[in-house]
Amino acid sequence: MKYIAAIIFSVLLLVGHDANASSVDTYSFSKPEYQIRFQDMAKILRCPKCQNQNLADSNSIISQDLRRQLHRLIEEGRSDEQIIEYMVMRYGDYVLYKPKFDKVTYFLWLGPFGFAALGLLILIIVVVRQRRKRGQSSEIDINEQTLNVTEQAKLDKILKKSN
Amino acid sequence: MKRFVLFLPLLLFIVLGVFLYKGLFLNPQAMPSALEGQPVPAFKLLTVRQGDRVVTKADLKGDFYLLNVWATWCAGCKIEHPYLLDISKSGVPIYGVNYRDTIEDSSKWLQDYKDPYQFSIFDVNGDLGVNLGVYGAPETFLIDHQGIIRMRYAGIIDTNSWQVKFMPLIATIKQEIAQEKAL
Repeated sequence: MKYIAAIIFSVLLLVGHDANASSVDTYSFSKPEYQIRFQDMAKILRCPKCQNQNLADSNSIISQDLRRQLHRLIEEGRSDEQIIEYMVMRYGDYVLYKPKFDKVTYFLWLGPFGFAALGLLILIIVVVRQRRKRGQSSEIDINEQTLNVTEQAKLDKILKKSN
Repeated sequence: MKRFVLFLPLLLFIVLGVFLYKGLFLNPQAMPSALEGQPVPAFKLLTVRQGDRVVTKADLKGDFYLLNVWATWCAGCKIEHPYLLDISKSGVPIYGVNYRDTIEDSSKWLQDYKDPYQFSIFDVNGDLGVNLGVYGAPETFLIDHQGIIRMRYAGIIDTNSWQVKFMPLIATIKQEIAQEKAL
């Protein structure tokens, strides 16, 4: 029984995987590496219409068109850089899921490091201040922490009561 | 000074809040076109209604004109259609790009709803669409006397968008033409 279930499960897995792949892979490629490049490029290029999907995911008309163009460009032997340039010329930097590093995106790329540095700086300042405070106030602290005679008597009383 | 430091988180929160609040009202579909300032891409395609006439970029004529991307499967195009008829009547030439459609459907559409276009380029594969950087339909490009794309407008043209988005730019183009003639 277990074996049958396992077999059915693995067959289902295979079928499911096949169906998943077929939505993208209706193109035939003259070289096997073209297919890998096609799949990689379809993942890093963004569908202009459906904003949170890449070309591989999306089934919108424009994505179908762009996949066809991508297939054509790869079969023509264009390099990845040329293909990216082709897409950016028509659809702007928006089609790239990974934004370029230029003057518009400096803040985007470097911002997190800036914030991390700022956080670290604040942390250092706070720690140094605390240390300094503790160093200065250690003598007074001891005085404050020892009880005078009346206080000690009060405390003894309370402790005795609770016992 | 110490008080001020205490208020810093609140201040940061307010700044962040203002940015996020603004973000609520941005239209994520409104993106700048990469083709503004670029010439109209070259093409060689059939038209919807003129049999085997082949049109190219040279057939797009006028001091300024609209290039309107439409399709029969596009709901917004139907809403937009009466406005296009009005604009066409007012003397602005409109060229259609019939985007990923069938000849039968699109000619029937132009018969049923009237034809505001000088002609409609039949872009069955969407190749011209891709070269124009089209995201979907309807989209309208305003092109000047030198064949340069001055604006890409994604969405439905109505009285408001025509007056706010197109009219001022058309006035600018007219001025430029007048200035060039004066020289």
